[in-house]
Amino acid sequence: METLDYFLPQVWFFILALFLLLYVMLDGFDLGVGILSITASSEERRSLLMTSLGNIWDANETWLVIMGGTLFGAFPLAYSTILNALYVPILIMIFGLIFRAVAFEFREHAEQKVFWNLAFGMGSFLAALGQGLSLGTVLAGIQVDEFGHFAGTIMDWFTVPAFLVALTLIQGYVLIGSTYLIMKTEEDLQTTHYRTAQIAAWTTLFGAILITLVTPFFYTYARERLFSQPLIYVFVAIPLVGIVLIWQLLSSLNQKRETAPFIWTILIFLLTFIGLALVVFPYIIPTQITIYEAAAAPSALVFMLVFIGFLIPIMLAYNIYNYVVFRGKVINSDYG
Amino acid sequence: MDVFFDSVALSRMQFALTSIFHMLWTDLTTGKAIYLVIIEGLWLKTRDTDYYYHARFWAKLYVLNFGIGVATGLPMEFQFGTNWAPFSEAVGDFFGSILGFEGAMAFMLEAGFLGIMLFGWERVPPVMHYISTIMVAFGANLSTFWILAANSWMQTPAGGEMVDGKFVVHDYFQAIFNPSMFNSVSHMFLATLETSLFVIGGICAWYVLNKRHEAFFAKALKIVIATVIAVAPLQIYVGHLSGEYVYQEQPSKLAAIEARWETALAGEPAPWSLVAWPTAAAETNRWELNIPQGLGYILEFKGTLSEPVLGLKEWPPADRPPMTGLIFYAFRVMAGIGFFFAGLMLLSVMQWLRGKLSAEAIAQQRGLLRAWIFAAPLGYIAVESGWIVREVGRQPWTVYGLIRTSDAASRLPAAGVFTSLMLFAMVYTLLLIATLYFGSRILRQGPNLDLPVPGMTTQPALKTTPAEFVPDQRPTEAQQ
Ligand code: HDD
Ligand code: HEM
Ligand code: HEM
Repeated sequence: METLDYFLPQVWFFILALFLLLYVMLDGFDLGVGILSITASSEERRSLLMTSLGNIWDANETWLVIMGGTLFGAFPLAYSTILNALYVPILIMIFGLIFRAVAFEFREHAEQKVFWNLAFGMGSFLAALGQGLSLGTVLAGIQVDEFGHFAGTIMDWFTVPAFLVALTLIQGYVLIGSTYLIMKTEEDLQTTHYRTAQIAAWTTLFGAILITLVTPFFYTYARERLFSQPLIYVFVAIPLVGIVLIWQLLSSLNQKRETAPFIWTILIFLLTFIGLALVVFPYIIPTQITIYEAAAAPSALVFMLVFIGFLIPIMLAYNIYNYVVFRGKVINSDYG
Repeated sequence: MDVFFDSVALSRMQFALTSIFHMLWTDLTTGKAIYLVIIEGLWLKTRDTDYYYHARFWAKLYVLNFGIGVATGLPMEFQFGTNWAPFSEAVGDFFGSILGFEGAMAFMLEAGFLGIMLFGWERVPPVMHYISTIMVAFGANLSTFWILAANSWMQTPAGGEMVDGKFVVHDYFQAIFNPSMFNSVSHMFLATLETSLFVIGGICAWYVLNKRHEAFFAKALKIVIATVIAVAPLQIYVGHLSGEYVYQEQPSKLAAIEARWETALAGEPAPWSLVAWPTAAAETNRWELNIPQGLGYILEFKGTLSEPVLGLKEWPPADRPPMTGLIFYAFRVMAGIGFFFAGLMLLSVMQWLRGKLSAEAIAQQRGLLRAWIFAAPLGYIAVESGWIVREVGRQPWTVYGLIRTSDAASRLPAAGVFTSLMLFAMVYTLLLIATLYFGSRILRQGPNLDLPVPGMTTQPALKTTPAEFVPDQRPTEAQQ
């Protein structure tokens, strides 16, 4: 029984991390393409960008919905406290996602596309901003009372570290979006995105270094974590592996490879993610609430595990099928 | 006004506003998907290209609606945490799990297969395409099941108990299959189907009346009528069952639906008011128009009741649902529309049997066609009214009898909630206007009858290269 109390929340922490990772990678390139569309030089190019997402944006976004639902069910206290604290960043994200989702439908039928172009581009940007601010705020810590309920104010998210994380995340999305477009497009458009990928790789790197330097000073918990035995070896290894991966990414961009940049970017995301998870674990709201305190009753965790656990491979299977059906380059942007 | 400084009231308004708008789009997402399955099945079976063009045409309207349904659904998922944090913490074990299931079972299924359903005509074999359409419809209706399981548990909580302000679940299956679950799911399932059918029927009637593609749309109208024969009467019956469970499980809601202030004892004849003017301050109806013994016949099919019907005065004012008049009239609007639908169905069937709906004669049925156009938006009104009965009637509880709405809301500054409420109101109004505008444009354009039909050897689709090929709505991608 004792071990179950520890084991089940850990399993759910892992599953949630998996959902989050899938979301950040998949909707990451989705939102990245959206942000890139702001700079698209012609209507035709913009149509191509949107077409490259047409069949998948909805499924990608659904990982966020699933994450919301499972966080609610598995860690009700964390769900309520975090969302209560993040009222404003969540709204920024929601309105961003609304505008970009409806732009897919309305832009196609509109004669005046300017407004919906803006909705798509700015919506993607706002969604990424809201997510970055949320992530930054949770990492920086949320003020809670003795019951674990949110005890801060509605503007607590408005901090320098939160914006730093948000801007870096946006750069990361632009990077993964660019490498996705390198795979999906040809000729001029592809050339453009080799360039944007290169720029974004450097800006993301810069942001990541800044955060790494700043974090241990801002957050005592992270410092203690980073410099404790045996973890310190892992935390020394992560930047080293990171440097290798970024070097690989940049050289694959230079060699004009088509799929390799996307894969290297995914690996960079994965590495960053593992690093973050190791810093945070076993907290779900850093240094305030552990996953064990926030977890639902064991019966609820088992119940969810039975019903959602077996669906994970099935969901992955038909999502992959979807990508396979629509593989290849996007070349026609005629909206008949 | 005080309510603008009360963050609980504002959160309630925000939840009501966002769910009312969300519902406007998801009605068609669930209901029309079933129609698409029927149409595509007919196409595969008969190979009559009309059905293929029908499938393509309605899918165009479907996707417009779908995207907005997703967009307006997202805020719902997060609002439980942002605006109803104490509620979420208290009921997360059950309620959160259900929302998780909804995402993993229903939403992902829809989203995963939607792309293939819309853009995959040329890319996958017909059977695979049909399976995708079925999966989209199945996923959408599964989401009705889960969300209604969650909501009906809030109406008639079961399967556990409150311990220290937290709902501890003893039996998950009992909680999911709570006393009102089966009823609510069926009523809602039929409601979205019925709404969609009357929307489709109304559009068909509009085309026929305007003498555009008469034969083509007469065909679809007949499919609609044939389906409505089963749906409309069934909906009245299931609605009646809903009324009975409210009578058993939520007596304060029934009292509000009927605007009854005094208790009617068992054995007494209870009248049913057609119209009334309830005044909460005076605890009575200023005036009312009654059908003697009506309530007895509605609830038990006999003049007198075997159990008492409690009046609102049985509860202290703090425990009564607010806005009795709203609940009272919303219920009558819904039921009225239910009977109107059934009547229109009967009339249409009669004309059909008399041969008046054949492709040549149908354009003469101007009155009937106009009635169908009139009926198109009524389903929405019925659905929203039904939800108002259900949700306002549940007050002052969020989980009936267990958690009060005032204890369920997050502590947020009123100015913050007011701002978000206004933003939602503005953005959603814009979305509604845009949907109507672009929807009516699609209707004015009409179906594209020049589309290549997959699997037909003489079709130009197989000759053109993808680069020149101009498809119906979205570009194709070249196969590598
Ligand atoms: C096309 C839509 C539609 C139509 C024609 C009807 N209803 Fe309905 N009704 C709904 C759509 C709806 C709904 C929107 O789907 C509700 C709200 C929540 C729910 O589960 O169903 C609902 C709720 C609802 C409730 C409240 C249940 C509760 O509070 O828990 C009652 C008592 C009825 N209905 C009764 C009827 C009767 C007697 C009808 C016909 C004569 C009727 N409905 C027609
Ligand atoms: C008030 C509580 C509700 C919540 C929390 C909620 C939540 C959501 C969410 C998060 C989505 C987006 C899914 C996605 O991204 O793919 C969505 C869409 C949907 N909702 Fe709701 N919903 C609510 C009410 C309802 C009701 C009452 C129905 C009734 C049938 C419903 C039916 C649907 C359907 C069918 C979709 C899919 C729409 C689409 O994907 O286009 N929802 N809902
Ligand atoms: C889509 C159709 C729905 C509509 C039109 C609707 C309508 C409303 C309305 C009018 C209120 C405000 C009641 C009041 O303050 O007097 C409300 C509150 C609420 N509803 Fe719904 N509702 C819908 C579906 C749902 C579903 C499916 C759920 C749960 C899964 C749900 C959960 C809630 C909650 C938690 C509140 C806030 C607490 C409260 O006021 O009691 N609603 N809804």
